[in-house]
Amino acid sequence: MKRYEYDVLVIGAGPGGSMAARFAAKNGAKVLLIEKRPEIGVPVRCAEGISRDWLDMVDIKVDKRWIDQEIEGARIYSPDEESVIELSAEQAGNEVGFVINREYFDKHLASLAVEEGAELWLKSPAVKIIKEDGYVKGAIVRKFGEEVEVRAKIVIAADGYESQVARWAGINTVLRERDIVTCIEYRMTGIDLDERFTHFYIGSCAPGGYLWIFPKGKNEAHVGIGVALNKIKEPGEVKMYLDKFIEEHPNLKKGGPIQIITGAVSVCPVPKRIVGNGIMLVGDAARLIDPITGGGIANASISGMWAGEVAAKCLKNPGEECLSEYQEKVKKKWEKKHLRNWFVKEKLSELDDETLNKLMDVVSEADFKEISVRAILEAVQEKYPELIEEFEDLL
Amino acid sequence: MMKVDPALCNYCGACVGSCPVNCMFLDETRVLIDEDKCIKCGFCIRTCPVGAISADWWSK
Repeated sequence: MKRYEYDVLVIGAGPGGSMAARFAAKNGAKVLLIEKRPEIGVPVRCAEGISRDWLDMVDIKVDKRWIDQEIEGARIYSPDEESVIELSAEQAGNEVGFVINREYFDKHLASLAVEEGAELWLKSPAVKIIKEDGYVKGAIVRKFGEEVEVRAKIVIAADGYESQVARWAGINTVLRERDIVTCIEYRMTGIDLDERFTHFYIGSCAPGGYLWIFPKGKNEAHVGIGVALNKIKEPGEVKMYLDKFIEEHPNLKKGGPIQIITGAVSVCPVPKRIVGNGIMLVGDAARLIDPITGGGIANASISGMWAGEVAAKCLKNPGEECLSEYQEKVKKKWEKKHLRNWFVKEKLSELDDETLNKLMDVVSEADFKEISVRAILEAVQEKYPELIEEFEDLL
Repeated sequence: MMKVDPALCNYCGACVGSCPVNCMFLDETRVLIDEDKCIKCGFCIRTCPVGAISADWWSK
């Protein structure tokens, strides 16, 4: 078997992997980035919404080539669609700003890694990791059909939702049923919509999740849905929910799909451990998706950057202790937030349509200076005190 | 026996990431299942957004 040696092996060239490779290389490491697909960014498994506030932090310059639509805000619709809450980009956080084109965006990020000196192999899945003396020391990679041994001081697992590398290495990324959201989305054309906004629909149309319309130009959008696995009984049920919604909305029904995208996301708190001896997890592989929005691109990019930086510092001593600097940074940024959002997600998923309609009615009519969970709850308490019992723990 | 219908499968990996015992593997163009490790929980069957996975032991 052919043998290769690197300082850092990054498995998966999505945003998390490319950023990890870029920043490890930038800080002096000899880096190999591998991708199992024949093309970076394809097939897309994403609704492609991002905010703009984090791009400077990770040194990604906005490039028109990967922006399909600029977004002014988000509109959230009650189950009866009588109430609409409108959030500006600043208030809505994660999911508004741009609808991007991942085919270009992911290639752009991979290019930044290559420019810093990282080597990139396509059509090269990792099939097994190499573990010796309690340390991850590389992986067996099927490089263009040929199995080769890649030795590395540190492996960065950026293999997305599948999160297999972590589990091969003995790090627990198993999800509970209620923390899995299964998704399907059509890229639809010939539809009517207000393309300045992303649109979200909640309630029984998407149990434990939501339905979204993310514009990709004037008459085109991703129309997608995520449903919590604990609310699904039949195989393929999530597709039935989406088809039903489209059937009931003439502005969508008049158009047609030009692409079908599927996938799943985790909606859980930050795991206890995302590093081990010789291994670090980033992005979706580390279960860093926001449990309320399901957004993961920003978190993958930021965690990838930090993992790359810390990896380059720990080459002489790639044990869990040195790598835990990365874990601490991740926890400091997301542990509290994701726990709170996970809790809100759990509560929201138990509310019936009637209750959600009442809640949304209050929220849509209130004039908030600042949208916060507390401000919303106080406004609701005034009009429907009985509803607040559900949320008492949050007040 | 479990089956993945190649006519329906999108190779998205949703089933792989949902498997609690990590007995599935997404190759470039195939989903492979190690049935010796499988605990028959049905997570993959219900997670699959297009209903491409079936098993003779599956009933809801």
